[in-house]
Amino acid sequence: MTQADGTFSASTVLRFARGTRLQFDRVRERWFIQAPERVFLVDNIAAEILQLADGERSLGDISTILHEKFTAPYDVILADVLRMTRDLAEKQVLQTV
Amino acid sequence: MTATPPPPMSLLAELTHRCPLQCPYCANPVELETRARELDIATWIRVFEEAAAMGVLQVHFSGGEPMAFQGLPELVQAASRLGLYTNLITSGVLLTAETLKPLYDAGLDHVQLSFQDADPNEAERIGGMAGAQAKKLEAARLVTEAGLPLTLNFVIHRQNISNVPAMLNMAEQLKARRVEIAHTQYYGWGLKNRDALLPSRAQLEETEEAVAQARLRFGSRITVDFVTPDYYADQPKPCMGGWGQKFINISPAGAVLPCHAAESIPGLTFPSVKDSSLEEIWYRSPLFTLYRGTDWMPAPCRSCSQKEIDWGGCRCQALALTGNAGNTDPVCKQAPGHSAIQQAIADRPETPPPLIYRRYGNIKTTG
Ligand code: SF4
Ligand code: SF4
Repeated sequence: MTQADGTFSASTVLRFARGTRLQFDRVRERWFIQAPERVFLVDNIAAEILQLADGERSLGDISTILHEKFTAPYDVILADVLRMTRDLAEKQVLQTV
Repeated sequence: MTATPPPPMSLLAELTHRCPLQCPYCANPVELETRARELDIATWIRVFEEAAAMGVLQVHFSGGEPMAFQGLPELVQAASRLGLYTNLITSGVLLTAETLKPLYDAGLDHVQLSFQDADPNEAERIGGMAGAQAKKLEAARLVTEAGLPLTLNFVIHRQNISNVPAMLNMAEQLKARRVEIAHTQYYGWGLKNRDALLPSRAQLEETEEAVAQARLRFGSRITVDFVTPDYYADQPKPCMGGWGQKFINISPAGAVLPCHAAESIPGLTFPSVKDSSLEEIWYRSPLFTLYRGTDWMPAPCRSCSQKEIDWGGCRCQALALTGNAGNTDPVCKQAPGHSAIQQAIADRPETPPPLIYRRYGNIKTTG
């Protein structure tokens, strides 16, 4: 769910909009997002988050998985996840389900 | 530059020069390829395999009208399967529910749809095709209904420039995600029609204002890409992101080019996908190394801080206006040939002359 002011919460579920996707570039050895007529470079942390954004897991679920994988505090991870996904939703890369 | 060039990012596949429209600014060369010389499906698929292996990320299907090419869905499917992002650049007049479905099913990622104007009568006069506007509007509807992201493209010139605000509204009404307000580039057909197309500086300033307002209004909902007209700029554009830096353009007959107009440059050999691999052509062909990097540059580019930003501008424009593709793009204020631009602006007639339409054989020989 998206809050009334457009911000995301732990229960928000996101997926890639049609025409955008995450991809690993084997030649340049880095992650990027394919979008209409442009390519966004993505750092490794963002790539970890985005690989889990499958239109089923909530942002809270994603944060839990990363919290277990990287043993970083859940709240810190969730804050990062919310910030990054909000930014990509504004670029019309991600959309709420 | 001796460093290894970067791998290409994008491939522009000009499948055919055939097109039901006849836009007088068409980016195709004035000498159009015939259907008999077009590459076949198997060759295109092999080219996409080579491109993906080299690091190309996006394929732009263009033309002419790419939907006039039989087997487009097979090409989209092959490219998608290779992980390439597939973009269809179309006039929309052949796009119907029946022709869109196989493309959608093949994994098409994005559609860029061109309109000649917001006003239907004017649009059809400029495009030279009666009934085109209704088909395009229907195409836009089908694309967004299918859930595909849509970009509207408008090429701007003195005869449609007053409608830029209406074009921006159209993008909103048609639920486009991006809109390109792109001033005509003056080479090929555009150069033949320059007096009929070149706007005044005052007209240009009005479009800048309209674009700025639309950007405020649209926020992040719709991206507005604004391509300024070179002639009123101080510095040229980095043509195709620099010669042999980002783009590979393949002509309908298989010529591999650093930009779609490169075949206008005399005295060069144009490598073909029929004879060599893309990799060989990109990294080692004399055509791609000729104007790559900065070694070839004349003064004033050679000692200019902008040389790796605009790469000395457009080679084809330098050729068309100065007679030598190896000169600084005359759009640059510092270029020895800059007076050609000032002259063209000064000579711009009050009343636009008749348009020369893009047709096979409409221009016999070009200089
Ligand atoms: S610019 Fe016009 S004539 Fe040229 S390919 Fe596009 S629609 Fe056809
Ligand atoms: S001198 Fe050359 S590099 Fe410098 S701005 Fe002009 S065209 Fe660009």
